Amino acid sequence: MTRPTDMRAPLTLLPLRLEDVVFAVGSRRIIDDVTVTLTAGSRTVIVGANGAGKSVLLRLCHGLLRPTAGAIRWNAPEIDGAARRQAMVFQRPVLLRRSALANVIYALHVAGVAPEERDERARAALRTVGLEALGESAARVLSGGEQQRLALARAWALRPEVLFLDEPTASLDPGATHEIEKVIAAMHTAGTKIVMVTHNLGQARRLGDEILFLHQGRLVERAQADRFFKHPASPEAAQFLEGELPW
Amino acid sequence: MNSLGAAASQALQLIAGGDPTLLGIVLLSLQVSLTAVGTACAVGLPIGAVVAVGRFPGRHTLIVMLNAAMGLPPVVVGLVVYLVLSRAGPLGEMGLLFTPTAMVIAQAILITPIIAGLARQVIEDAWGEYREQLRSLGETKLGAALTLLWDVRFSLVTLVLAGFGRAAAEVGAVMIVGGNIAGVTRVMTTAIALETSKGDLPLALGLGLVLLAIVLALNAAAYVVKESAQRRYG
Repeated sequence: MTRPTDMRAPLTLLPLRLEDVVFAVGSRRIIDDVTVTLTAGSRTVIVGANGAGKSVLLRLCHGLLRPTAGAIRWNAPEIDGAARRQAMVFQRPVLLRRSALANVIYALHVAGVAPEERDERARAALRTVGLEALGESAARVLSGGEQQRLALARAWALRPEVLFLDEPTASLDPGATHEIEKVIAAMHTAGTKIVMVTHNLGQARRLGDEILFLHQGRLVERAQADRFFKHPASPEAAQFLEGELPW
Repeated sequence: MNSLGAAASQALQLIAGGDPTLLGIVLLSLQVSLTAVGTACAVGLPIGAVVAVGRFPGRHTLIVMLNAAMGLPPVVVGLVVYLVLSRAGPLGEMGLLFTPTAMVIAQAILITPIIAGLARQVIEDAWGEYREQLRSLGETKLGAALTLLWDVRFSLVTLVLAGFGRAAAEVGAVMIVGGNIAGVTRVMTTAIALETSKGDLPLALGLGLVLLAIVLALNAAAYVVKESAQRRYG
């Protein structure tokens, strides 16, 4: 699938540079001095124990939180008021009380897509996630897996350059998880940079090209996925893998 | 002597026979209160949404004032509107005193804070759930306020109804600014007060029954709408 160019400004968003980023609540540093550069192409998976700061890091990158110190720089910063070129899928999808199709159309409306284009693009996105038959159904009464696929369709329709995912399958059964992973893989193939937080190490192996390992708010290790799982360089990562992997 | 029983049976006869006096009073009541509710919604719902979503200096003060204003004493509102609309008042030229318009104004002032205050609570709860997603999509604060207003529409039915109930049942303010003039500004509540003091219990009781029936019917309708919508839209 070729990438449409209509949302592209001359410069790409990526790479994204985090420089000495700190996020503190009171005296507690939830993100502690993280410096990292995220580049286009590879799928980045962020892993770490509960409370390691994974979700907060994602929200900082996406602009939902402001760092206490340090800088977060996109190659081409988004302009206030212009359509966003990045999207995020949350652990629990937040859908509006309207039909599935209308939820996607709403996102396109906010992104400033011309009215005559919205319907077609929204339907195409629903097809991509296998929800075309449920377009007229009320979004909030869909099953958990369907709701999350709808959230992905909404992100897909926006054709973002970067997609952040915060444990998108944490509350789903294996079948629904598989469906979600298929869509994420398809978005990656279509050229969207994937940055995902997951608890599920199997998923990290399946979807990750590179792994960022967070421990107590610090970026302890960054490695290619296969190397990370076979030979973690840091004792913290080794311990984490030992504790998490049942085999 | 069973005056209540006699009055009740006469009241039912008045209602069943479609007594023109009673009918006129009921229709005027509905017209005044519905217009007041419509006005209060047009003003109060956007205020509630903006206060729920916005962050601006004085917001907390405004919330406290809104909540306090939910309990405005009707007679005080009536008095103030009376002073403003009376011949010597700032809007005296318009000649609105003792007209249905004056009653609409008084009722709208009474229930706008109720609608705005309750809407603020409902929308702020929803904002807590939707905020990250809407910000992620790049929605503006104003856009978010409108989106939330629409998304909680079924919950708003209940609070609009609370506003209507307050308006329709209120007597002090409309008595002062309307004057209870027969055929012009006599509504159900003022008529009930008057007929009771005159001793015409059948008409008073008949009007009371109609008032209760209207409030009951509206609540039942709103309940059905809300329940079925919630089942349909989640």
